Amino acid sequence: MDFGFGINRSSTIDLTKTDNGLFRRVCSEEPGARTCMACGSCSATCMASDLSGMSIRKVLLAMQRGQDIRHMLSKCMLCGKCTMVCPRGINTRRLVLTICRLYD
Amino acid sequence: MKENVVIIGGGIAGMEAAGQLLSLGYNPIIVEQQDHLGGHVAQWHRLFPDMIPAQELVQKLGESIAEANVFLETRVNFVNRLSDGWNVMLSNGINIVCRAILVASGFTLFDASRKEEYGYGVYDHVITNADLEAWLNGSADRRVPFRPESMGFVHCVGSRDMKAGNTQCSKVCCTTAIKQAIEMKERFPDSNVYCFYMDLRLFGKKYEDFYINAQKQWGVQFIRGRVSEVSETMEGRLQVKAEDTLSGRPVKVQLDLLVLMSGMVCNEHSSRMAGMMGLDIDSDGFIRSRDNEYHIVESNRPGVFYAGTCTGTKTVPETVCEARSAALAIHNYLKGR
Ligand code: SF4
Ligand code: SF4
Ligand code: SF4
Repeated sequence: MDFGFGINRSSTIDLTKTDNGLFRRVCSEEPGARTCMACGSCSATCMASDLSGMSIRKVLLAMQRGQDIRHMLSKCMLCGKCTMVCPRGINTRRLVLTICRLYD
Repeated sequence: MKENVVIIGGGIAGMEAAGQLLSLGYNPIIVEQQDHLGGHVAQWHRLFPDMIPAQELVQKLGESIAEANVFLETRVNFVNRLSDGWNVMLSNGINIVCRAILVASGFTLFDASRKEEYGYGVYDHVITNADLEAWLNGSADRRVPFRPESMGFVHCVGSRDMKAGNTQCSKVCCTTAIKQAIEMKERFPDSNVYCFYMDLRLFGKKYEDFYINAQKQWGVQFIRGRVSEVSETMEGRLQVKAEDTLSGRPVKVQLDLLVLMSGMVCNEHSSRMAGMMGLDIDSDGFIRSRDNEYHIVESNRPGVFYAGTCTGTKTVPETVCEARSAALAIHNYLKGR
């Protein structure tokens, strides 16, 4: 039946039900990934960010919130600029490869 | 005869100053309202960043003032100005004439029940930072569950809050939250621990290392957003709501324990003292130093000095340094320098 309106899905993130298993698996190989402080340097310098929305910061956050990150990861060109600027010294380029390998 | 110096407040500031004044050859007299010395620090468990037991510091300070006069459970009833000093009347009937007074009356912990949306005193498992320190020190607290699966820390409770009348940042609570999060993780390694913050203000020596350690080694989860409301589920767990401002989406989570990082506010005792001695109050509600750059331990009145959190929020090392500096300022004043 068409009521002439729809209901949007709730945008609330429910951490109690969130599955952040991927993030935990990634962190067991790349513990540095936990130290991200959301400074945004990686995305600011990323060549893919401007046109595609790729952002290491957002990838790390989305994984912790159990959200899909494929659309971002697939845009990475593995140039490594983000690794150069990360103040926490996270090997972000290798992180992308690790995430791809552990993604199921 | 050694010259009297009255110290109002027997917290770590008053104790340290008394120790220094003793070695400078004075007769410090500590007036403390509570039944113990050491103030808030005496109730604390461990101090960041090196995690030394708070009790160790209080004990050390106690040893250094073994020869000082200490009046516990005593209040200052009245202070009046003499031509060359002050007359201090205590609640135990003793009158002291002195040329110098050190105000070290400290702070009050913000009353967390004033932030009604957090449910302190209403829900079963909401406690404050001070309650958690007491529990870590071994006192029983039925609000702390036997085996919590999830815990949360709420930063800035009663600080940075114009509505609560406190615009100031309490400085120590970001680090305290991280310290306590780690201490809880040590006890409950499988639990989820969340810190809800607006900014992480980790300015002091090794504070940022603390943060990195909490993230990397302990997996403490930091969520940028102020908790907006807490409710209780049918099962008696806490449902906490905030905005995850980094995701730009609302976030909710069920917790077994919520710890409120109550801030430091100026205590009513200090204001009373200020009234009796004609001391200025600063725009933040704390007692006003002669200026906030160079003469922190000096007041607008002759012979009245300050140390510690009566003039604003401070860390333990800052407080102790100020107490030493105040002792020297008093010494110079009494020597007519
Ligand atoms: S490695 Fe990928 S994410 Fe990093 S800057 Fe290059 S394109 Fe962007
Ligand atoms: S540069 Fe490093 S710390 Fe900054 S947001 Fe990116 S990953 Fe996080
Ligand atoms: S130290 Fe942190 S928690 Fe405390 S008032 Fe400042 S910002 Fe808030």
